[in-house]
Amino acid sequence: MSVNGANPLRDAQDRRLPRIAGPSGLVIFGVTGDLSRKKLMPAVYDLANRGLLPPGFSLIGFARREWHDEDFAQEVYEAVKEHSRTPFREEVWQQLVQGCRFVQGEFDDDAAFETLKATIEELDKAQGTGGNFAFYLSVPPKFFPKVVQQLKDHGLAQKEGSWRRAVIEKPFGHDLKSAQELNKVVHEVFPRDEVFRIDHYLGKETVQNILALRFANTMFEPIWNRSYVDHVQITMAEDIGIGGRAGYYDGIGAARDVIQNHLLQLLALTAMEEPGSFHPKALVAEKLKVLTAVELPEDLGKHTVRGQYSAAWQGGEKVVGYLEEDGIDPKSKTDTYAAIRLEINNRRWAGVPFYLRTGKRLGRRVTEIAVVFKRAPYLPFESGATEELGQNALVIRVQPDEGITVRFGSKVPGTSMEVRDVTMDFAYGESFTESSPEAYERLILDVLLGDANLFPRHQEVELSWNILDPIEEYWDKHGKPAQYPAGTWGPVEADEMLARDGRSWRRP
Amino acid sequence: MKIDLTETTSSKINAALVQARRDIGTPAIGMVLTLVIVTDEENAYDALKSANDASHEHPSRIIVVVRRVSRSPRSRRDARLDAEIRVGTDAGTGETVVLRLHGELVHHAQSVVLPLLLPDAPVVVWWPEGAPTDLAGDPLGALGQRRIADTYSSEQPIAALGDRAQAYAPGDTDLSWTRITPWRSMLAAALDQQRVSVVSATVEGEDENPSCELLAMWLADRLGVPVTRALSQGPGLTAVRMETKDGQIVLDRADGALATLCMPGQPDRAVALKRRETAELLAEELRRLDPDNTYEASLKFGVDRLEPAGAPAAATAEAPADAPADAPAKAPAAKPAAKAAAKKATAKQ
Repeated sequence: MSVNGANPLRDAQDRRLPRIAGPSGLVIFGVTGDLSRKKLMPAVYDLANRGLLPPGFSLIGFARREWHDEDFAQEVYEAVKEHSRTPFREEVWQQLVQGCRFVQGEFDDDAAFETLKATIEELDKAQGTGGNFAFYLSVPPKFFPKVVQQLKDHGLAQKEGSWRRAVIEKPFGHDLKSAQELNKVVHEVFPRDEVFRIDHYLGKETVQNILALRFANTMFEPIWNRSYVDHVQITMAEDIGIGGRAGYYDGIGAARDVIQNHLLQLLALTAMEEPGSFHPKALVAEKLKVLTAVELPEDLGKHTVRGQYSAAWQGGEKVVGYLEEDGIDPKSKTDTYAAIRLEINNRRWAGVPFYLRTGKRLGRRVTEIAVVFKRAPYLPFESGATEELGQNALVIRVQPDEGITVRFGSKVPGTSMEVRDVTMDFAYGESFTESSPEAYERLILDVLLGDANLFPRHQEVELSWNILDPIEEYWDKHGKPAQYPAGTWGPVEADEMLARDGRSWRRP
Repeated sequence: MKIDLTETTSSKINAALVQARRDIGTPAIGMVLTLVIVTDEENAYDALKSANDASHEHPSRIIVVVRRVSRSPRSRRDARLDAEIRVGTDAGTGETVVLRLHGELVHHAQSVVLPLLLPDAPVVVWWPEGAPTDLAGDPLGALGQRRIADTYSSEQPIAALGDRAQAYAPGDTDLSWTRITPWRSMLAAALDQQRVSVVSATVEGEDENPSCELLAMWLADRLGVPVTRALSQGPGLTAVRMETKDGQIVLDRADGALATLCMPGQPDRAVALKRRETAELLAEELRRLDPDNTYEASLKFGVDRLEPAGAPAAATAEAPADAPADAPAKAPAAKPAAKAAAKKATAKQ
């Protein structure tokens, strides 16, 4: 009989038992925001519904609005009903609502933070949260320093015998310098290991599956290198414009908004070496290695392109150009499209270009990683037989329609020998589950469990800025964004950029 | 779409499946397993419905084997196979074949099923009712690497547990075991929070409910302390009490939905512990297809090594003094909405 050692009811062989977070609570700053309503609260409910939250789990909302606990509970209730992934069940809601609290106040309001402290202490007693709280900063980054400082001043950032964690959302700064400042501010208050940076892409099943695909199989690894791979294209396209985010978006642009975090993370996962284990330290070490090895092209003018969408018909709808959007300076040089070419200087990837592109108002919403292979060195067919044969490719579809496509040549039925491209498809929706968890579910659970595997560490953030900063500087000094009609796949310049290398973009 | 074949064979069924897929325009299939349901006409509808719901999480080819009862010597001699094929929206996310076996063919079901298994994919055999004693030794059971029985539906559930333990082969499992996963995970979480040694434990639940015995045996096996099985009115499992030197840890669910977790020195907390539908149980069962060693260890612990009800253990204010002496507590009184079709789905655990 173990007394203070391992829990006798836990057994590594007993894989039915899920990982349940220990006693804990979540404090959401900016709880009235869109993200909180559409993603965070439903994710908390879904976790509870799946039985993954500890008994007594508590949720504290912090915002300016004059609400009481009941108003907040009502707001959570509506958000959950509307947006949760799993069906609504009254008993789960009853469990959750007992721990719902609301604290009203501004971020510079000392009294509000004292109330927050009292609320946390009250919950420790009433709900048994054990002093373990995660602070989710769902607020614009300019408030980060203030909130973090307040947490420190009111003794909320650390507590003897329990954990306190900070969860922050992108953007993590707008260049290397600001990112370092932000990291400094947060790390002064919270220990490094207790800061969780959310990149919701990393919570997606498909992204986690990149690791399974590469490191659990034998058939891909031998060709996953410069001997067979011609180039890699990583695309994240959105069909929407900037919507109401003019204030945030102008001056930031597509490259800072997407390439710096999501696309460079996807690049790191696609290109990194096999980690020694799935321990967060081992994984981060490999990602850092590959990000350090990234090299920018010498002539940034030739191998990077930025663009802005212009007014056009998109999918049957007339949409305005970026410069005509509300709240945008008509002379703005902000990029809504960015494409860059990177190389990775190591034995596996030397000479293989990685093309990264992202943009708003493109053809359709899609994120994918396409590994394009070299042509067969010799084709023993008659001339003309392989005219329609393209390059073999392996495409990881991150969203939507998650899955993997393999493209290869196959004989067209008939008497003559003719080879044409066909695809072989694996779709998540087909082989597993309609019920893959949402990214935020996974990430919130990992925060509560203290598992940092799916969160970019501060060194990764800083290295990514290191890669992007020279490009942004170059763009600042040279030329202006190319225009592309909304609803197309980006400016002509981007096509020319690949044509110079003798390649072309995939139509995703 | 639905295709009926009478007096048919496995190869005709296979051809019809391919044709049906072509006709609805989706020749590519991404099914991950074959689920064989062995049942009779009476239970086929409910079982298939649960399996179709579960197939949303695990797209599968579902083969329902219905053994028809022959009522005359002539029909007993005649062997006949009828099949009903459903693909597309009629069949969850996979495809379904309902086989009706007549006459002598009843004893050779495996010969029909074998050619219909998906290539390479795992095979799961499920008996909603009336499972054979030796699951792995059964000709149909031998086709699967996972065999799911449900002792709750046995005539004598507690005795059936003993038989299962005797005949256990890796890959066997029991929906009565699946039903208690949420209980087990909550109890494990409770001990995560309070690292104290448990001195003894009590599991309370209705009579003739093998889930209670399995939970008690699991606790006894893992904790190595005496565990008492006490009776209550139900519904299903009602409470687990673990005696520690600091006081009692109690997980108490009186109404079959919302439970209360009481731990010494901590406030009482509400925990959602709803009894689950068969479809959810099946979906959990299909998630892992490797042998369940924890189930094996718990099953083999043996019902007779549990402390009988009434033994002096864990006396509490809420002790079930009103436990019925003999009534098989399947009495519908405590059960909400005991609709005939939904009965099996909800009345268990």
